[in-house]
Amino acid sequence: MTAVLRAEGLGKRYGKHWALTDCTLDIPTGHVVGLVGPNGAGKTTLLNLACGQLPPTAGGITVLGGRPGGSPAQLAKVGYVAQDTPTYAGLSVAEHLKLGARLNPGWDDALARHRIERLGLRPSSRAGKLSGGQRAQLALTLGLAKRPELLILDEPVAALDPLARREFLQGLMEAAVEQQLSVVLSSHLVSDLERVCDYLIVLVDSKVQVAGELEKLLATHHRLTGPRRDPARLPADQHVISASHTDRQSTLLVRTQAPIHDPAWTVGQISLEDLVLAYMSKPADTHRRPTLEVQR
Amino acid sequence: MIEFHLDERSGLSPYLQIVRQVRQALRLGLLREGDRLPTVKEVVAQLAINPNTVLKAYRELEHDGLVAARPGVGTFVTATLVDATLAAHGPLRQELRRWLAKARRAGLDEESIEALFMTTFRTTAQEEIA
Repeated sequence: MTAVLRAEGLGKRYGKHWALTDCTLDIPTGHVVGLVGPNGAGKTTLLNLACGQLPPTAGGITVLGGRPGGSPAQLAKVGYVAQDTPTYAGLSVAEHLKLGARLNPGWDDALARHRIERLGLRPSSRAGKLSGGQRAQLALTLGLAKRPELLILDEPVAALDPLARREFLQGLMEAAVEQQLSVVLSSHLVSDLERVCDYLIVLVDSKVQVAGELEKLLATHHRLTGPRRDPARLPADQHVISASHTDRQSTLLVRTQAPIHDPAWTVGQISLEDLVLAYMSKPADTHRRPTLEVQR
Repeated sequence: MIEFHLDERSGLSPYLQIVRQVRQALRLGLLREGDRLPTVKEVVAQLAINPNTVLKAYRELEHDGLVAARPGVGTFVTATLVDATLAAHGPLRQELRRWLAKARRAGLDEESIEALFMTTFRTTAQEEIA
């Protein structure tokens, strides 16, 4: 199966500042990929590299087997909905569709019109007069009618109220089925991504902390509680992500492929939010490689 | 046709919630043989969840022999769960009552009984998987 996104030692530097370093990923097609991390972690940089709006400073990246932005065919395969789902305030809904048709060779006009009608948007309304949710849906429509194989969305629901957020994700998931799209979307909130994603990348401090299929991530991370213990003395295949101790008790979050047999531990399941927060609060470790690809 | 819902605080993965809701509907007779399940597209458009979640749930139901996918048409119920185990409920309940009475006589309070039951239930379930 071809990879939707493959990166090898990918990095991007602005002046002296590395916005993304040593990013290695191999994501198969057919997933809805969540890119999560705090603001300023490098999410937008990674997405811009993937759609070819930025050239890498180091390493390489291929998207659907090609160099991002490398050819008209490549541009047609990848749709991009930028941060805050931008539209042109002065243009009407109909004019947005006309623009989309003009700019995209594979434009599916019937799809665009059908979506606009279902959303109840008047073609004559100016984008500036639409609600945030309607504007987001218009931007999504433009992205979908381009008929891409991969749709990249940067923080698409961050500014939306809960209802508009749900409606946006409903539309996105429906389109993912209908058009057999691969999707990559970023958010700084796990709750936005939990339902819709089946693959997760956690990006903190310009580095990929963990990436893998959601279910596998959840199945390979455990919370251990038990009598106080030095985390350095755990079996070699148990990687400690976070640890806290009282004078008697230790609570660890570990990643391991193997089951935990030590009877001293009470083993608990963790939620996706716990998992992401543990990686976000993990102290920077310069010696160990932080890229923890979960094996398929 | 049934409609699914997700309880985010149930602690169960969304795919498992869908599997259980179908089984429950079969048990209650809300779904009968020949009924069509909602399409993957219908489910994701309603719940805003990942399409693979629905596919996985339907595959598991198919594996259990409860539904069958007809390509291009939909996924249909092929079996029923109604009454299959009902006859066994009575005697099992009686045994459970006797056991509960025994546990109380031994001095266990409600919390201890529940904890004992749950840990035993989980260990046995894990042993069966292993």
